[in-house]
Amino acid sequence: MNLKELVTGVQGEKQFLLGNEAAVRGVIEAGVSIAATYPGTPSSEIGNVLSVLAKDANIYFEFSTNEKVAMEVAATAAASGLRSFTFMKHVGMNVASDSFMTTAYSGVRGGMVILSADDPSLFSSQNEQDTRNYARLANVPVLEPSNCQEVKDMVKYAFDLSEQFGIPVIVRTTTRVSHMRGVVEFGDVKDNSSNNENHWKRGHFDKDPSKFVPVPAFAGEMHVRLWDKMHKIEEITNKSDLNKEISFDDDKKYGVISSSSAYNYAHDVVKFNDLNMDILKLGFSYPFPKEKVAEFLSDLDEVFVVEEVDPIAERDTLAIIGEKNLNVVVHGKLDGTFPLYHEFNSDVVADGINKILNFKQDTSLAYSSSLEELSAEIPSRAPVLCAGCPHRAMYYGINKAIEELGLKTSDVIFASDIGCYTLGINPPYNAADYLLSMGSSVGDGCGFSVSTDQKVASFIGDSTFFHSGISPLINAVHNKHNFVLTVLDNRITAMTGGQPNPGIPIDGMGDEAPEISVRKLALACGCDYVRVINPFNLEQVIKTYKEAFERDDTAVIISKAPCTLIKGLAKKPPVTFIESNCNNCDKCVSELACPAISKINGKITLDASQCDGCNVCIQVCRYGALQAGRE
Amino acid sequence: MYVFKFADMERYRQAGSEKMDNHYNIYICGVGGQGIIKTSTIIGEAAMNQGLDVVMSEIHGMSQRGGSVSTELKIGGYNSSIIPNEGADMLLSFEPIETIRGLDKVNSETKIVFNTHPIVPSSSDKAYPSVDAITKTLKENFKHVLPIDGTQLAIEAGSVLALNMVLLGAVTADDNFPLSKESVIEAMKNNLKPKFHEMNLKAIESGYKSIKG
Repeated sequence: MNLKELVTGVQGEKQFLLGNEAAVRGVIEAGVSIAATYPGTPSSEIGNVLSVLAKDANIYFEFSTNEKVAMEVAATAAASGLRSFTFMKHVGMNVASDSFMTTAYSGVRGGMVILSADDPSLFSSQNEQDTRNYARLANVPVLEPSNCQEVKDMVKYAFDLSEQFGIPVIVRTTTRVSHMRGVVEFGDVKDNSSNNENHWKRGHFDKDPSKFVPVPAFAGEMHVRLWDKMHKIEEITNKSDLNKEISFDDDKKYGVISSSSAYNYAHDVVKFNDLNMDILKLGFSYPFPKEKVAEFLSDLDEVFVVEEVDPIAERDTLAIIGEKNLNVVVHGKLDGTFPLYHEFNSDVVADGINKILNFKQDTSLAYSSSLEELSAEIPSRAPVLCAGCPHRAMYYGINKAIEELGLKTSDVIFASDIGCYTLGINPPYNAADYLLSMGSSVGDGCGFSVSTDQKVASFIGDSTFFHSGISPLINAVHNKHNFVLTVLDNRITAMTGGQPNPGIPIDGMGDEAPEISVRKLALACGCDYVRVINPFNLEQVIKTYKEAFERDDTAVIISKAPCTLIKGLAKKPPVTFIESNCNNCDKCVSELACPAISKINGKITLDASQCDGCNVCIQVCRYGALQAGRE
Repeated sequence: MYVFKFADMERYRQAGSEKMDNHYNIYICGVGGQGIIKTSTIIGEAAMNQGLDVVMSEIHGMSQRGGSVSTELKIGGYNSSIIPNEGADMLLSFEPIETIRGLDKVNSETKIVFNTHPIVPSSSDKAYPSVDAITKTLKENFKHVLPIDGTQLAIEAGSVLALNMVLLGAVTADDNFPLSKESVIEAMKNNLKPKFHEMNLKAIESGYKSIKG
């Protein structure tokens, strides 16, 4: 499919779309004018697609420096009467939460939708937090699509709902919804034509401090209005078609309540095992549709609540049973029927229901012992730093510097951060000892340097530094903390798929933009020692780190070289391997661990098709077995 | 592994219900960068164009950095995009040891098509097993084991990058596969650049022949 069809596609047309692409179509159909994000998997592709389509779709789009800024861009747009969209991964909500909480109070004029993508089973995240908790914390509505069509339809509906009640609305997805691909039928597109010389429409902010300035006198009233809105919306959730019963049988003893991706598994298990249970699917799950749930429960003896991450609908169901004095047994996460963590699938849901209904037959296949042995002995294949990755060279160099300074590994604490460079945790680099969140490496450096006598090396990427590394760096300098901060400036937001950030001269819509200098920022924060190094020059790397570790202030090293995955970079010739020179010392494999070099059947082997020509291995090999390739 | 099976696998396998003749689950696995997601998307789009219900699951992000990658594609009236254990009609593997990692999805009737060219992990705790031993052990345990040297066929078609097209061709050769080769080729053309179409057609054809003989 050509992505442009997300803009040009007409009502009734069908496309095979990723959940995140379906979200973009929903945004386009809803006539959104302003969109902002900070990239985070599993929501990243929404930004990648909007970045390409924004101008065609009359949308202003930006990659903001962090999720809080993105939330503020969207909130002010909606306060000015425009439809606005912000989206992030679940942990992005933590960063955005300070402004998000108050946006619930002040409300909106144009529709404002927040898509937050949860990551059960932590495919690319540091925790499994559940966005539905934020909806309850701030008290705003939640929609939970289960498939790509619903993503498109619910995003679109969320804007109508938001506008009708003047409240921001959350659309909660999971990895398996955002990264599901399915057939999506397009709907009609609401006009969002520009009313000025820009490609997007301008609104007007009509002043009303009692609505938009939460000083105590006004904020108290705002809280009353928020509850008033939510009580009215609860009447809608009780009637909404998004909360629907899927009927499989008239036998009313057992039933299922479910939402999001978990609903898909529950549906297939009930259907394909003839379990004779009706399912209440909660697509509009907060405010919790109490009356609808109570009505569903009224015929039942026992109910399974099937939901991923936290037992939220389960607790709400128990509360209604108590409130209405119903006699229904609830099976969910709290009674141990289903796991409290990790994503579900049909097998997990069937196993849980089987604990109560005992419907499964044991028909496991038997295999030869040779297969069991083979399965136990296959090598692991964890994600690794790419061949030619500048981070590998830097990690190799810092470890050499530590060795040459006569320090033990236990003498140096590595505080890591969120990005590809977290993969430095793997051997042989072993360069990640502590990690909390985006930007935490800098604050962690502050804490470790006053709490221990160990050396501290903090690592942060360029995009993460702009996101939330600057204020802790000011803290470090002002409070005289002693550590070495490395900014791994690879000229892109790499881990999420290569989005621009303020350090490069291009913005989210592909236009030229001012480039913000990490070096000047570090100097402006008051750092006396700021060095820009080329990580592929090992001698320079080792020398600089030795110097920095000897200091007693906050030293900043900017390790600057572009990510090898950036498109359009000049190709360098692959390294040449001269087998007759190889002494089998294995340093290139055991200390550098580049995926282009492996040891197969006792021999060093270089895969020229993988080699990126970074030439770092040449500097590692003492025997001249690895030599620069010719053009 | 092999922990759970549906109570009535036959019923499950037929369960596309309304469209039970056209149900088909493919588990595709390999190593990041081999074109696995694109291959699955092409099959999915072809299924949509033939009017079939189709859902697919893919994983992006950290797992792409040279790690194991898999997609799951389900044709027929399924809501879940994840194939249950032992629920695959075909296991299509781009790399020998990734085949072993995908065996949870396999039952005794599953077609196991795999590329015999290994990608050896650069740093790993364990030695890479011999491909012959993998093939032999698989054949001892499963009825339909179809190893092909997809990498070689791709090179012959014009580029090692056409490996995914060779394997796409191999899928269309399975008699139970509910999509026509023509509709898969149409979807390929709609998803990949015209300058590669000729090479891709060659690769699809050689993958098809490697199974059909």
